[in-house]
Amino acid sequence: MNIVVCVKQTPDTAATVTVEGGKVSWGDAPLVINPWDEFAAEQALRTKEAYGGKVIALSVGPDAAREAVKHALAMGCDEAVLVSDPGLLAADSLVVSKALAAAIEKIGGIDLAFFGRQAVDSDTGVTPVQVARRLGWPALTLVAAVTALDPAGKTISVDRALDEGRQQVKSPLPAVVSVTKEICEPRYPSFMGIRKASKATIPVWSAADIGMASIPPAALSWLEVFAPPKIETKVEMITGDSAEAVAAKLAARLLEEKVL
Amino acid sequence: MVRQLGQRGKSSLQDVRPPKDWASKLLRDAGAEVLFLPTTGRTRELAAAVAVDLETGVVPDLVGFEVKDGKVVGTRPIYAGKVMEKVVVGAKPQIFLIRSRVFLKPEAQAGKTGTVKKVDAAVGEVKTEVLGYKAAEAGVSLTDAAVIVSGGRGVSNNPKLAPPADITDEHQKEIWKAQQGFALIRELATVLKAAVGASRAAVDAGYVPYANQVGQTGKVVSPDVYIACGVSGAIQHLAGMRTSKTIVAINKDPEAPIFKVSRFGVVGDLFEVVPALTKELKTKMGR
Repeated sequence: MNIVVCVKQTPDTAATVTVEGGKVSWGDAPLVINPWDEFAAEQALRTKEAYGGKVIALSVGPDAAREAVKHALAMGCDEAVLVSDPGLLAADSLVVSKALAAAIEKIGGIDLAFFGRQAVDSDTGVTPVQVARRLGWPALTLVAAVTALDPAGKTISVDRALDEGRQQVKSPLPAVVSVTKEICEPRYPSFMGIRKASKATIPVWSAADIGMASIPPAALSWLEVFAPPKIETKVEMITGDSAEAVAAKLAARLLEEKVL
Repeated sequence: MVRQLGQRGKSSLQDVRPPKDWASKLLRDAGAEVLFLPTTGRTRELAAAVAVDLETGVVPDLVGFEVKDGKVVGTRPIYAGKVMEKVVVGAKPQIFLIRSRVFLKPEAQAGKTGTVKKVDAAVGEVKTEVLGYKAAEAGVSLTDAAVIVSGGRGVSNNPKLAPPADITDEHQKEIWKAQQGFALIRELATVLKAAVGASRAAVDAGYVPYANQVGQTGKVVSPDVYIACGVSGAIQHLAGMRTSKTIVAINKDPEAPIFKVSRFGVVGDLFEVVPALTKELKTKMGR
C-alpha cells in the first residue's frame, strides 16, 4: 500500500480569529496541522502498519506550511513533499486540487490518498473530491470506518457518515478517501518522531516541478473579509427558591418572549 | 416534488439525479450561469466534481448574497463563523450551496407551475458499488431543527446517581451516568420537538455519537432556540451555535463562558432544573 496523506496548515481551532486591516488575523495563535487531517494521517499510518508500504505526507502551501508536514512526519509518516510556489499563493480549491493531483501523479504508484473532511480555515470541504475527479479515481467522502481492504484485489470498503444515515460502499483502488473524526483517534507524535521530523529535509516542488508551468487562475475571488455582526446579548439570570420555581419562571419567560 | 418547486416560483426545472458526468453536461449545454443547491454531504460532492469539469468555483454554506455587475456576490462564514467573507465566482456556472435554515422558504402558490424539461441521463461508468445503507436514528436532524437541546460533559456529573453494582469500570460508570443525564435531555427535546446536540467533550467522553456533536469540528447549527445543559461553552462549541436566535444556558458554574452568549441563564443543577422545565413546558404548551 503506497499511501499519500494530504495535509494543510491552519490556525489552531482555539485561536481568536479577527479581521485586522481587511485581513484575517489569528494573532500569535499557533499554526497547526488542520485537525481533520490528523485523523487522515492516523488512518494512513494504521493502513500502512496493517498492510505494509509507505505513507507520504503532501501539502500545497507557503513555506510556513512545513510545520503541518512536520507534524505528519512526527506522527510517523515516512516521507513528505511540500508543493510551494509564489503562483499558488492565491489558489482556490480548483487550483490546489490540480496541484495535489499533479503531485500525486508525480509521486506515482499511489493506492490511496487520505484527506481530512475539510480544512478548519476555509471550511469548503471540496478539495478531496476535486483531486479524485482530476485523477479519475473514485472519491469516498465522509468515511467513518474502513471495513475491508484487499491489497491484492485492489479494493476498499468503507462506511460513509452521510447527513441522513450511513452508507456502505466498495470501491476499486486507487481511491481518494476523506475521513471524519469517527474513524480513529490520532496518535500524539512521539519524542523520537519529533526529533526525526525536525531533522528531515522536506523536498519542495515548484509548480513547474509538477508540470504546472502555467498556473490556471482561481475561479473564486475574495472581495472582502469582515467580522460577523456582533450579537448583543444581555443574559437574564433566572433565579428562584427551588428547581421547580426556576423552571416555572424560565418556561414563563420563554413563552412570554415567544421564544418557544 | 417538481410541481412543488414550481409552485414556489422556480420557472425552469430539470430532474437532476446526481451522477456527475451528466450533471456537468446538463449545466454546460444549458449555459447555466448560476447553480444553487443546499449544503449537504452529497451536494458538496456533486458541486466539487462539476466545478472541476467546468473549471468553475464552489461557494458552500452561503448565508447571504447580492447581485453586482451581473455576478452573484456570496457571503459565507469561514473559520467556523469567526469571520465572514464575500466571494465571487469568475467562471460559469457560479455554484452556491445554501446553508440550511438561512433563507426563508417561499410560500407555495397553488396553480403556479414551471416547465419540466426531460433530459437523457446517460450515466457514465460508475466504479463504486453501494453495499448497504442504514438510516440514521429517528429524530430531528440537527441542521434543520428549530429547537436544539444540547448536553455537555456536565451531564454525567449527577452525584445522586449510583451506577449498578455490576459496572465496575470507572469509565463505564461515567458513561452509565451520562446516559441517565442524556435521557433527561431527550425528554425535554421530545416535548419541544427538538433535536439533541452535544459538546465535543461529551462526544469524546463517549456519552453520545459524533453525529450529535455541535461545534467547529461537528455540526454548525442555527436554530431559533438552543438550550445548553451542562455545556461550558468552549470557543469551538460557540463557533458551532452562536448564531442561534435565543440561547438558554443551564450550568452549575456561574463563570461558564456559555452565559456570555446566552439570553437566559440558570445557575443550577441541571438534573433538577431540566426535568422541572420539561414538566412545566409539557403542561404550559399542552404537549
